[in-house]
Amino acid sequence: MAEQIKTHVLVLGGGPGGYVAAIRCGQLGLETTLVEADKLGGTCLIRGCIPSKAMIHVAGQFETMRHAAAKPVHGIKLSAAPSLNLADTVAWKETVVAKLNTGVTQLLKRAKVNVVKGWGTMQDGKTCSVKTASGDIEIHADHVILATGSVSTELPFMKFGGDVISSTEALMLDKLPEKLVVIGAGYIGLELGIAFAKFGSQVTIVEAMDRILPLFDKQLSDPVKRWLDKNGVTVHLGAKAKMLEKGRKGSSLVVETSDGKTVELPADKFLVTVGRRPLTEGWGIENMAIDMAGRFVKVDDQCRTSMKNVWAVGDLVGEPMLEHKAATQGEMVAEIIAGHNRKFAPAAIAAVCFTEPEVVSAGLTPDDVQTQGIDAITSVFPFAANGRALSMAAGDDGGFVRIIARKDDHRVLGIQAVGAHVAELSAEFATVLEMGALLEDVAGTIHVHPTLSEAFHEAALRGLGHAIHI
Amino acid sequence: MGRFVFKLPDVGEGTAEAEIVAWHVAVGDTIKEDQHLVDVMTDKATVEMTSPVAGKVVEVHGEPGSMAPVGAPLVILEVEGAGNEKANGASKAARAAPPPVAAKAPEPPPAPKPIAKPSPAPAAKPEPVSTHQDHMPATRKFGDKPLASPAVRQRAQELGIRLQFVQGSGPAGRITHADLDAFIARGPNAPTPGGAQLIQREGEEEIKVIGLRRKIAEKMVESKRRIPHYAYVDEVDVTELEDLRANLNETKRPDQPKLTLLPFIMRALVRVLPDFPQINARFDDEVGIVHRFAPVHIGIATQTANGLIVPVVHHAEARDLWNAAAEIARVAQLTRDGKAGKDDLSGSTITITSLGALGGLVTTPVINHPEVAIIGPNAIVERPVVHNGHIAVRKMMNLSSSFDHRVVDGYDAAQFIQRVKALLQHPAKLFMD
Repeated sequence: MAEQIKTHVLVLGGGPGGYVAAIRCGQLGLETTLVEADKLGGTCLIRGCIPSKAMIHVAGQFETMRHAAAKPVHGIKLSAAPSLNLADTVAWKETVVAKLNTGVTQLLKRAKVNVVKGWGTMQDGKTCSVKTASGDIEIHADHVILATGSVSTELPFMKFGGDVISSTEALMLDKLPEKLVVIGAGYIGLELGIAFAKFGSQVTIVEAMDRILPLFDKQLSDPVKRWLDKNGVTVHLGAKAKMLEKGRKGSSLVVETSDGKTVELPADKFLVTVGRRPLTEGWGIENMAIDMAGRFVKVDDQCRTSMKNVWAVGDLVGEPMLEHKAATQGEMVAEIIAGHNRKFAPAAIAAVCFTEPEVVSAGLTPDDVQTQGIDAITSVFPFAANGRALSMAAGDDGGFVRIIARKDDHRVLGIQAVGAHVAELSAEFATVLEMGALLEDVAGTIHVHPTLSEAFHEAALRGLGHAIHI
Repeated sequence: MGRFVFKLPDVGEGTAEAEIVAWHVAVGDTIKEDQHLVDVMTDKATVEMTSPVAGKVVEVHGEPGSMAPVGAPLVILEVEGAGNEKANGASKAARAAPPPVAAKAPEPPPAPKPIAKPSPAPAAKPEPVSTHQDHMPATRKFGDKPLASPAVRQRAQELGIRLQFVQGSGPAGRITHADLDAFIARGPNAPTPGGAQLIQREGEEEIKVIGLRRKIAEKMVESKRRIPHYAYVDEVDVTELEDLRANLNETKRPDQPKLTLLPFIMRALVRVLPDFPQINARFDDEVGIVHRFAPVHIGIATQTANGLIVPVVHHAEARDLWNAAAEIARVAQLTRDGKAGKDDLSGSTITITSLGALGGLVTTPVINHPEVAIIGPNAIVERPVVHNGHIAVRKMMNLSSSFDHRVVDGYDAAQFIQRVKALLQHPAKLFMD
């Protein structure tokens, strides 16, 4: 008979939703067991946000050096072209991942969370059997937090394997593909596509919609499109990937372009980034009587599922599939189990893209206010008029900050930005929205000079009709 | 390319200024010749201003509600050809605009100013600039999502308080910790989730009194300020009149209009007024002259979607019942549709104000200055009255009226109303010499 464990809280999945829930449970003195088959940290830490940012960072440095080798850049001239050993880059990235993974492991330990390494399968609402290296364990819990996350969506006619890769494999290549085809121009495809273009791959992007970053509005995605065009990345919009043709010399992707023509795109690797889907199979969901909401697990505003004392958080419960949403929900569920009165009702969940340039969006967009019939002020301030942006040669990428506020009482409804390093502005954007700030509040806050955040201040002033620096 | 300055034209006799009611173009619009530019309102009517030329709007002057003097530039257009202003004169016309004539206005209206100008910024597209005034509604409007920081929201959640019910004292109705404290301090009567059925309503709305509403306000103040009103009410037995009216409506030709009580009252007035010339009059108190009129032009107080307007049935003395009814219907409809012209809205010598079935028991109508009398029939109700020595159920109606005591004495007014009453009680007399 398998080893039996009794625990107060069982967390299934060691990603940002699960491990944060487990740490908080531990802090609150709840007996907690976390089940994870892979390394702790989940998609974000192991094969998503963090490793991709590490690769993007190196890609940017390499690109700068390549440019300096071609011709002097701001006085820097390299006598020879830099060379890239991608395997070493990946190895460095792994050290970053390892550091964070160790950190999470220690935090869980300090919170006295019992971590069980192995694949867990729910037998019923409160029982989980885990296959570990040293045999089966059966865990009985009073509360279960489901945090199984999501996986990359596959194209039915070109399954992952061989030259067809997902973002996970793209971050582990030991050799730079000479030619890379990216299918899907969402944020993952563009972040990685741009990074590989900076490394020197010849990148072609195929997108079924009529523009890139379809989840953001055109004004926001235009500077990214400009960068792609300027840097020789071919983008096929309104184009459908039809099939992968394997020839003697290599494979090509057959694409039906927007004008109905068929083109073949030969490449070394085919990166499929057509979205992510919640992981709702393989862990015994069929043994639990929980309601679904479409492809997601249905939860209320406290992340309760339809089953008593079974909770679910993160990518498993719906859009947006973002680390910070999962972590917030995980923390909240732990507190609710501990008897606190909480609910998940954020004013805004900001989203960022580490494209070139970066994109950030929080709250309502111009399309949203139009659809909702809100009489709104939309105010834009360009980074071309921001000293800090100019001083890091980021004033001419078409970047800007945009604020949308209600016309009658000036409450800020949404904030977006595109430009170098704007992801770091997301914190102020989210704070302003959460605090219920008005344009006057932003305008009345002294913003440090010289920083990019001054563009936000100026956008608020402009919304009030009196920008200074434009 | 040249610039064309569209100035407020002289919109009517003696009009020195007009109120801008609504803009139909904005800076940046490309417009055609004859395109609707702006609505302006004079004492009498709202006038649609159309563009004499095609072009692109580069400036608009004056916010809705502000007064513009005749000759003030309203719109500046960029046009093909030379335009009517020198290019280097740019906005000189606007700056040099004479200040609005304010002699009669109780408070000087603001000078026309540009609402918006295209931004000169080279780096970005011009963005709409707020025309927001420096006032913030004290609290959020009913149905608005409550505005509060995460800490306040969490505290409310813990206390089981729904923020929808909490009044916010911060900007845009933002709810502070102090607001939550105040809400809690109000005690058990304070609405709690699922508890109280009665919810306090919060919030107030500021409505700018502009356009027709301002006109009405000004006229009413003028009338009450200048005229020492007195009211006189008597009751009229309209049983016979109502029988006659019902019969006429039953037997009328299809092309004839349905008769209300108004044509009968008008008939009574035109028969009696020749004997009371001081009542069918307009009193120009600035010069101390009463104008007595032989014709009877009767104003008909008419409720429209925007407010009260008084169109006029001219020469009521020369109209029979049917004709008067048709004319009332015509001018009232034009007025409700906003299409009544200056002629339909001016020249009345006495006014009738009727609320029909809503007429109530008694009203004290405000005289339509510079007239000197106004007649307000009240609702018709069946009442037990002593009639020929018996108690009978009769259709009774009060007739409320107001007079200008400066030129109409109470004795005369009473006599006048008694004569009208006599005719209405015995309607055959309305049609006999």
